[in-house]
Amino acid sequence: MQDKFIMFLSLFKFYTRDILFLSQKIPNLSSILINIHTNMNTNELFAIAPIISVTTLSIIVLLIESLIKKSERLSFGVTVIGLFVTMYFSITTFELSGTAFNQMVTIGGFASIFSVLFSVAALLTVVFSKDYLQKENANFGEFYILILFSTIGMMLMASAADLILLFIGLELMSICLYVLAGFFRNRQSSNEAALKYFLLGAFATSFLLYGIALVYGATGTTNINYIIQNLSNMNNSLFISVGIGLILIGLAFKVGAVPFHMWVPDVYQGSPTPVSGFMATGAKAAAFSAFVILFINSTSSEIKTVLILLSALSMIAGNIIAIAQTNVKRMLGYSSIAHAGYMLIGLAAANQLGRDGILFYLFAYMLMNIGAFGVISLIEANEEKNLQFDDYKGLGTKKPALAAILAILMFSLAGIPPFAGFFGKYYIFIAAVNSNLTWLAILGVLTSVISVYYYLKLVVAMYFKEGEEILFSKVSPLSYLVLIAIIILITGIGVYPSSILTILNQIP
Amino acid sequence: MLADYIPIGIMIIFGVGFAIVLTKASEWLGPKNPNDVKQSIYESGMEPIKSARERISIKYYMVAMLFILFDIEVVFMYPWAVNFRSLGMFGFIEMVIFIAILMAGFLYLWKKGAFEWD
Repeated sequence: MQDKFIMFLSLFKFYTRDILFLSQKIPNLSSILINIHTNMNTNELFAIAPIISVTTLSIIVLLIESLIKKSERLSFGVTVIGLFVTMYFSITTFELSGTAFNQMVTIGGFASIFSVLFSVAALLTVVFSKDYLQKENANFGEFYILILFSTIGMMLMASAADLILLFIGLELMSICLYVLAGFFRNRQSSNEAALKYFLLGAFATSFLLYGIALVYGATGTTNINYIIQNLSNMNNSLFISVGIGLILIGLAFKVGAVPFHMWVPDVYQGSPTPVSGFMATGAKAAAFSAFVILFINSTSSEIKTVLILLSALSMIAGNIIAIAQTNVKRMLGYSSIAHAGYMLIGLAAANQLGRDGILFYLFAYMLMNIGAFGVISLIEANEEKNLQFDDYKGLGTKKPALAAILAILMFSLAGIPPFAGFFGKYYIFIAAVNSNLTWLAILGVLTSVISVYYYLKLVVAMYFKEGEEILFSKVSPLSYLVLIAIIILITGIGVYPSSILTILNQIP
Repeated sequence: MLADYIPIGIMIIFGVGFAIVLTKASEWLGPKNPNDVKQSIYESGMEPIKSARERISIKYYMVAMLFILFDIEVVFMYPWAVNFRSLGMFGFIEMVIFIAILMAGFLYLWKKGAFEWD
């Protein structure tokens, strides 16, 4: 007992020293505070309304969870309503432009589009989680709180105009996802997923942070716009190259691009199924938003080479390894590596259409993939049953509605028209052709053809094979409603793609 | 050029010398009544040599994390307190919001029993 007390005393001493050190720095801090005070006005608060709205929502849910017993239903309802409010604010702030809070956050346009994407992703995840968590006896209010916190992190990343804010957003998002990956604490695979994701994720984050430190050391600022504008006439080119390279590694890890993809299949397989969907779409979209902010206007040929390499490797490895999978969640994990590869083509193209293509693709991919993971979570039975391809045999006759929805989602993921997935790929490949990367576009088309094999393998299993009788749990009407909404959206976007593209064109 | 380092040299000599003189002085002058407890490395009773793979109750980690939470809070309050007058009502409201957010977390921990030792 006593030795532990001493351990605490030493800890305490350590922190007292910290405070003393910081208090010497106070003159600096106070000048920053006064600066914020004089420059802030209410318009800036309105400009970050989506972020404020999710933050308020998460605190409300936190209070509900702590003050009211058996409050899961209430938490669920409040979360859904609050996310709709967030979506409303995201849309109303779309017209704004520029930066706020001493050039810390970008407002309107790009950030708003991503806020819409993240709130829709969170909403769909929460809806699918409700059934799933009840089925697995893990319906705790903390689930909703963690999803909301990580949504805040994603929004901060997408609206970052400063490398520090980017880092804080990334950390907030990742730490919540580490916990969510291990949400089933009695399940071994879930623990493995959480530990693997945490160790590798923390390692990748440290790469990113070291990159930021080097760039700051070379340029003397963390302001992204300033760094991008003055990149060509800076002297410390070695530090900048190494710094940018490290930042690229950190972000490539988060999107799961080859060769930084080792964690993806294990984590997606072990995590609770709706959380896998959220990680595959929300976290990936957040990392791509950072990619677009930092690299879309880059003219450097080295960065372009690296991006082309990452994209080609991801498409080839992701699609080919996915063929060999027997577990549906694992297959979607490898397919998400491949999808990251397609989106990296748009980044390597580095033009306006490339950026719009990435945004379009992210929207389509978000709907398809959360939908697919949602259907899988509805079919899945306790203790990770019903996850093999064999379990899907004969689903077409046993559960015709779910099978039809899953088939449409698979067609869309494979990029077959008239669904949204096709046009996502189409715009990205066009962008690649426009910036003389025709061979990369051809590689993209070829690997998409490979992907058709494993997506349709699932459809073939569902409709053309006889399977044994397996147990299903009841599917709530709400889940069906959301799935039908997803199908309508995917088909709508696929039939009328200019509706989204005209909105994306308005972003400066 | 090298002459600039003379004050530093003197400082090092005095610093080291002072420490040596004081420890040696107490060794020569002080009374010596050794016993087993005094001779042990940590008088508190902690064994200095044992398995390093000791398991520590999660309660300690909880307290450590809570400590960091309020530690950070205090760090932010220092500059605010120094500039309280110039920040005025704006600063006050900002700080109330900041504390309110932290208090929400505090309330959650309290209701979940993070402060109960047993």
